[in-house]
Amino acid sequence: MAPTLAAFCVGFIWPFLHGLYLSFCQFTTVNNAKWIGVGNYAKALADTSFIDSFKFTVAFVIVATLIINVTAFAIALALTKEMKGTNIFRTVFFMPNLIGGIVLGYIWQTLFNAVLMKMGQPLLALNTTAGYWGLIILLCWQQIGYMMIIYVAGLQNVPPDLMEAASIDGANNWQTLLKVKLPMVMPSITICLFLTITNAFKLFDQNLSLTAGDPAHTTEMMALNIYYTFYARAGAAWKGIGQAKAVIFFILVVIIGLTQLRATRSKEVQQ
Amino acid sequence: MKRVFALMMSLVMCAGLAACGSSETASSDDTASVYYLNFKPEQDAQWQELAKVYEEETGVPVTVVTAASGDYETTLMAEMGKSDAPTLFQVNGPVGLKNWADYCYDLTGTDVLSQLTSDAYALKNEDGSVAGIAYVIESYGIITNKTLLEKAGYSVEDITSFEKLKAVAEDITARKDELGFAAFSSAGMDGSSDWRFKTHLANLPIYFEYQADGIGATDAIKGTYLDNYRAMWDLYINNSTCSPAELSAKTGDDSRNEFLAGKAVFFQNGSWEYGNLVGEGKFTDDDLVMIPIYFGVGDEANQGLCTGTENYWCVNNSASEADIQATLDFMNWCVTSEVGTTAMCGGEGAMPSGEAGMGFVIPFKGALESSNLFVKQDAAMTAAGKTPVSWNFPTMPSEEWKNGVGSALTAYAADQTDDNWAAVVSAFVDGWATEYQLANG
Repeated sequence: MAPTLAAFCVGFIWPFLHGLYLSFCQFTTVNNAKWIGVGNYAKALADTSFIDSFKFTVAFVIVATLIINVTAFAIALALTKEMKGTNIFRTVFFMPNLIGGIVLGYIWQTLFNAVLMKMGQPLLALNTTAGYWGLIILLCWQQIGYMMIIYVAGLQNVPPDLMEAASIDGANNWQTLLKVKLPMVMPSITICLFLTITNAFKLFDQNLSLTAGDPAHTTEMMALNIYYTFYARAGAAWKGIGQAKAVIFFILVVIIGLTQLRATRSKEVQQ
Repeated sequence: MKRVFALMMSLVMCAGLAACGSSETASSDDTASVYYLNFKPEQDAQWQELAKVYEEETGVPVTVVTAASGDYETTLMAEMGKSDAPTLFQVNGPVGLKNWADYCYDLTGTDVLSQLTSDAYALKNEDGSVAGIAYVIESYGIITNKTLLEKAGYSVEDITSFEKLKAVAEDITARKDELGFAAFSSAGMDGSSDWRFKTHLANLPIYFEYQADGIGATDAIKGTYLDNYRAMWDLYINNSTCSPAELSAKTGDDSRNEFLAGKAVFFQNGSWEYGNLVGEGKFTDDDLVMIPIYFGVGDEANQGLCTGTENYWCVNNSASEADIQATLDFMNWCVTSEVGTTAMCGGEGAMPSGEAGMGFVIPFKGALESSNLFVKQDAAMTAAGKTPVSWNFPTMPSEEWKNGVGSALTAYAADQTDDNWAAVVSAFVDGWATEYQLANG
């Protein structure tokens, strides 16, 4: 236990506390921090670009989470039916998850731009709507397979005797799905929702490579906003403000994650 | 599950300990050493070799690390936070210095400073102390393919002003299908290419405004010459290899490849492109010439190339006394010794290993003549009495300002309305004031 605790402190607790401390400082590197109090937080919250990126992120998270989970569950249902080739399909759907976000962003950027050009629409760098849907398509493509695997595992664990009882009682497919399968896979739903919400909230690589926030910061998510605060601005004050934004961001993700966990946990049933 | 977690955590810790261990061995020996965080990826191989040669000659270990293109500031920040921080690093000018002034050793009275040919190449703090030394002077302009220009029926001598450049470019566009090439290579606004316009081209309206107002920096730009900026940008995007709407996705490589393939006569870029353009299967010195970016302002007949620097060497003042001295010695050796100056200025075969040198023009007394064609042209123009356009983009208030201008330029290129140009002007003028406030407030 002791080495684990030590590792946890070295790898997590200490950097976290140090980061928290830095958010109250003005600094260039982590070693020359000067305490200035809560000014960074005031400036971070007064920065309209930060608020705008929050709104964009929320709009993104809601839509992406819905699409990913509904589609992943539907595919999982299809692939737990007894038919040939389900294993191949599961592998195929899972594959996109193995590719890194930066690479995906650039590949999809080329694809989207080619399509937009054919359609005579402004390209990604000038097109907020395309940027928003582009990010959603990208994330769905990447994550649906992963969530599908979790749902497949959940569906396979629904006890056969329950299914049998349901069919003897005369439940149709729809009723079996809603009254038996869904309650039984609630733990999977909890996990999948948690993963998609937090991942979508923290999205960075894909955002940076697909749109880089263009046009004019309108497709900029919170993580990217923090990154730009840190590196695109001149002057000593901005590192601390970026750090304060990062702390606010962390608190937001924790609150949203925990709320969601509590909400879905309460719907789980004991076998 | 717990067991897996414990296992992972101990792995993390092992990795952490290993990392600590290795860094300690590096810092524990007492001999002085030099750690140079290099800004220019193009010259990485040469610096690595120079470091090795210097170590063999003097026994002082020199480590050279090159930050990936566009990642210098992030790399520098991370490296400066370590116990083995770089002893020698770079800033891009007064605005870059603002972030790092606390770390700059005062170079006043050092040998390497006394080697500078002009005091203008020293980067000074407000109190007069010397924070940085320029080590390379570069030029940019419109690189021209003479062969194609002649095919179109013109010669370089015909182009002596913005009006004439415009006439030539528009004539080439009118006969584009017959000639088989365009006037300008694509003015790509992808991140790999947009600096040519949001930074380098934007230098011209800033330069002429500073000249007119007799200043060298400002907290609020007026945008006196933005109409000329628009005229130039219109010329670039409407006489190009591709439709203006496609520019937002065009990269630096696209633009260079078009120029190399003979699809365009003009290519706005700098002396650092020389190695990419001349060589086997590419152009020879006879094919190319760099002409000034004529802007329709002032005495165009006597306008030279845009020449200046955004590469200043700074010494880390938090390094140990011995390391600082070793770093100063290394810098001095680079710009005074035969091996050092040959490597920095020379072209083919200038390195001790027989590889090509860096081809720089260096502002030091021991400088040798550079083999770089564009650099030689710059010297010839200056000798002929033309006035080089100085680099004022290091005074741009922030990276964010450049991004704002770039974004507006891209939008304007796709849809060239007065409203969209007004957005460029606003990003340029209002953005400057806002960003200046944010950076200095």
